[in-house]
Amino acid sequence: MASSTGDQSQAVRNGLRTKVLTLHSMNPRVRRVEYAVRGPIVQRALELEQELRQGVKKPFTEVIRANIGDAQAMGQRPITFLRQVLALCVNPDLLTSPSFPDDAKKRAERILQACGGHSLGAYSVSSGIQLIREDVAQYIERRDGGIPADPNNVFLSTGASDAIVTVLKLLVAGEGHTRTGVLIPIPQYPLYSATLAELGAVQVDYYLDEERAWALDVSELHRALCQARGHCHPRALCVINPGNPTGQVQTRECIEAVIRFAFEERLFLLADEVYQDNVYAAGSQFHSFKKVLMEMGPPYAGQQELASFHSTSKGYMGECGFRGGYVEVVNMDAAVQQQMLKLMSVRLCPPVPGQALLDLVVSPPAPTDPSFAQFQAERQAVLAELAAKAKLTEQVFNEAPGISCNPVQGAMYSFPRVQLPPRAVERAQELGLAPDMFFCLRLLEETGICVVPGSGFGQREGTYHFRMTILPPLEKLRLLLEKLSRFHAKFTLEYS
Amino acid sequence: MQRAAALVRRGCGPRTPSSWGRSQSSAAAEASAVLKVRPERSRRERILTLESMNPQVKAVEYAVRGPIVLKAGEIELELQRGIKKPFTEVIRANIGDAQAMGQQPITFLRQVMALCTYPNLLDSPSFPEDAKKRARRILQACGGHSLGSYSASQGVNCIREDVAAYITRRDGGVPADPDNIYLTTGASDGISTILKILVSGGGKSRTGVMIPIPQYPLYSAVISELDAIQVNYYLDEENCWALNVNELRRAVQEAKDHCDPKVLCIINPGNPTGQVQSRKCIEDVIHFAWEEKLFLLADEVYQDNVYSPDCRFHSFKKVLYEMGPEYSSNVELASFHSTSKGYMGECGYRGGYMEVINLHPEIKGQLVKLLSVRLCPPVSGQAAMDIVVNPPVAGEESFEQFSREKESVLGNLAKKAKLTEDLFNQVPGIHCNPLQGAMYAFPRIFIPVKAVEAAQAHQMAPDMFYCMKLLEETGICVVPGSGFGQREGTYHFRMTILPPVEKLKTVLQKVKDFHINFLEKYA
Repeated sequence: MASSTGDQSQAVRNGLRTKVLTLHSMNPRVRRVEYAVRGPIVQRALELEQELRQGVKKPFTEVIRANIGDAQAMGQRPITFLRQVLALCVNPDLLTSPSFPDDAKKRAERILQACGGHSLGAYSVSSGIQLIREDVAQYIERRDGGIPADPNNVFLSTGASDAIVTVLKLLVAGEGHTRTGVLIPIPQYPLYSATLAELGAVQVDYYLDEERAWALDVSELHRALCQARGHCHPRALCVINPGNPTGQVQTRECIEAVIRFAFEERLFLLADEVYQDNVYAAGSQFHSFKKVLMEMGPPYAGQQELASFHSTSKGYMGECGFRGGYVEVVNMDAAVQQQMLKLMSVRLCPPVPGQALLDLVVSPPAPTDPSFAQFQAERQAVLAELAAKAKLTEQVFNEAPGISCNPVQGAMYSFPRVQLPPRAVERAQELGLAPDMFFCLRLLEETGICVVPGSGFGQREGTYHFRMTILPPLEKLRLLLEKLSRFHAKFTLEYS
Repeated sequence: MQRAAALVRRGCGPRTPSSWGRSQSSAAAEASAVLKVRPERSRRERILTLESMNPQVKAVEYAVRGPIVLKAGEIELELQRGIKKPFTEVIRANIGDAQAMGQQPITFLRQVMALCTYPNLLDSPSFPEDAKKRARRILQACGGHSLGSYSASQGVNCIREDVAAYITRRDGGVPADPDNIYLTTGASDGISTILKILVSGGGKSRTGVMIPIPQYPLYSAVISELDAIQVNYYLDEENCWALNVNELRRAVQEAKDHCDPKVLCIINPGNPTGQVQSRKCIEDVIHFAWEEKLFLLADEVYQDNVYSPDCRFHSFKKVLYEMGPEYSSNVELASFHSTSKGYMGECGYRGGYMEVINLHPEIKGQLVKLLSVRLCPPVSGQAAMDIVVNPPVAGEESFEQFSREKESVLGNLAKKAKLTEDLFNQVPGIHCNPLQGAMYAFPRIFIPVKAVEAAQAHQMAPDMFYCMKLLEETGICVVPGSGFGQREGTYHFRMTILPPVEKLKTVLQKVKDFHINFLEKYA
């Protein structure tokens, strides 16, 4: 491929001028952004799908998109009640239809009453519809065993990603060695690295411990922090719990230790809790940072700054496309909170259908409601299947020589470690590819299975991983896991 | 401060966990004692404060939901609590939100959306076949046939194709390539993204972005946030807010001293000004952009809101193409549209798109990469956009009702535009340019010297002072011209034309009465 300057000179020779906007003239920070979940391997997957459609013969009949946490794309059904209420909100003429249960109609009316012009089509207040924020606060209180949540500290957002970016944006200041540093887990969900690159903040890596089911060690936080202090001003600590891509569910003791650490080291805590409904392993339990913080009492409870995030994309709902989410801020400076609202106001408001969906997620049917039985059944079915798939994945991968997989305690992914023969590593290097990218590309070409190389999430030097979702239907997943294991064996043989 | 820092640093040595914990907390305790604490409580200073936060974010202003709107919210709460006021409701004439002011959504659009949301309804006899056809088409193109899946970051493929087809039809056959279409979370998202990619350099080579004054304050807000350089060009109030290329030239020349002007933003039809640019003007602007090597952003979200019989919407894309290959192969252009305005008013759905022309292929790659971090725009908004660009056509079952509803909305808006212009121009001390398009009046108000002084005493811009008084005395919330920009020494406010006709008449009368009183009071 011709270089950018080459293209430009060719353009000039062709009578076209150089462009205003080129790789050279563009925002350099944007240029540094990477997002592996939809990166090069997915582009290749798209090309292969195109080729299949054109009738090109392949060793597979379909591309399996196991790269992204999109449950409904892999066949998971939406929750009936959620879609009923939303349809009633979208088209209120349906409120007179006998095909909808009464409790769904009541919810729809309640939401519409709270909308401008009683319509989902009006902008809402920038922090989200007041009624929904109140419902979110009540959900948080119930979830956290009665610990109060203030609706004024709840801000609805366009997916959790939007709120995470907003909070990080507020935190970034300084220059040179006073530039804001943000501690992020390795492996991480690459929204974090992408946003830090875009904002020109300093990424400070802390490594999760693969030997101990991806545990978070405060001594490792300490190491990362001290190293960082020389060249930046660390001001924030991001934790993803349950973890993505790692799937670990942190213990309560760990969360307390993290809070203590953040307090002592003066770090603003970001707790990404979008998988709070996805906990599968016996013995694992979700502990919200907010709850633990409050239960720790003074000085932490009244002073530790915390932002917790949730979303409609995961859990049992899988409503990724609606872009629903929220952030709860705790102990945030009032003037800064106003600034945050101001920043959100420039984009007017999060999508109102997403807000409506979130409302249903945080206040689902009660046991006495007509829709409860079906809602519960659907919800349990989704979560039970996810739990079964989590276990299956761990099991099959651990049976494969050269693949080892930590328990998938929660979330939606496996992040197994793969042994790659030195000759394969060399070949990858020859091709200018990360070894696990090379592995994943070959996997894709030969089986149609699209997973994301560990290098896209971060990993200890010299180790290789990939992230695969557990989302395909159970039997299909079983076949995929076996196919993948066989491919790995073949690959190992080929390069031994 | 140094001692405190040293104490904290001391904690960063090799220690066993428990001894580290103890000495660290005593170090931290000492450090806290040394660091300044607020006198009213013995809490330590927060990590994130006005002083320590991102200064670029602090510099951001967005008047449309700024201080006056916050005040309106407070007053509404007071009314709810039963506090007596000279009015019974707050009229939110500050924001271009048609449905909030009672405009009804288009039936067909909501039918298709409901079918997409809850596909069981595809079996219902209550929905017309043409709505079902469109819903099926959209769902087929979605992952898992559901609006709940993420779409491709550029947007659902078939919707992009529909958008391209719409643009081609709109522009009399000038071809649009679906590959140049990006669906976005409202037009604001697209505008913000393009500006982000464009901003680079430092000091005198920092990117300059030319924006109209008055402008829609998304532009100044994004420029502040990105720490780019705002380059103002003034629209000519004496000439119906016309865009004068000489003024563009003046602005860019002055700017070259202190920045690298790379971008030229146009809003057509204009917000807040409501002018609809002539074709000649658009050609001149394109020529200017070509001459000065400027990337053109054409904000065309009001393209369906043209009221004046003497005016027509000319898309930048079409004009560019018709100017011949020297321009159409070279000028880099991004045009924006949205589901929030027009006859649809679907603000809450956050639907929009941008069409990019002549972007370097590598830049398009960068654009998709940047968009991919946020995964995708809301799929329900994408679906809404699809119906906007692919409405019922003659011969289809829903065509008649759709056309009726659309004409009704647009006819109403046109009527209210004229009404507003006429009424304002009857008030001594208010002058209102013709509302050729969009959704706002931006009248000029003459504020007496005494009032200007009173405003200064309150540390407010004079038109903010005026608007606050208007709000407090009548409950009408409009946005002061200072929030959009205006020539020094002139004052304006932006008011929407969206309340229903009868209510609008009342509102205009109230503004008139207020203004006359105001003039008397500060004579």
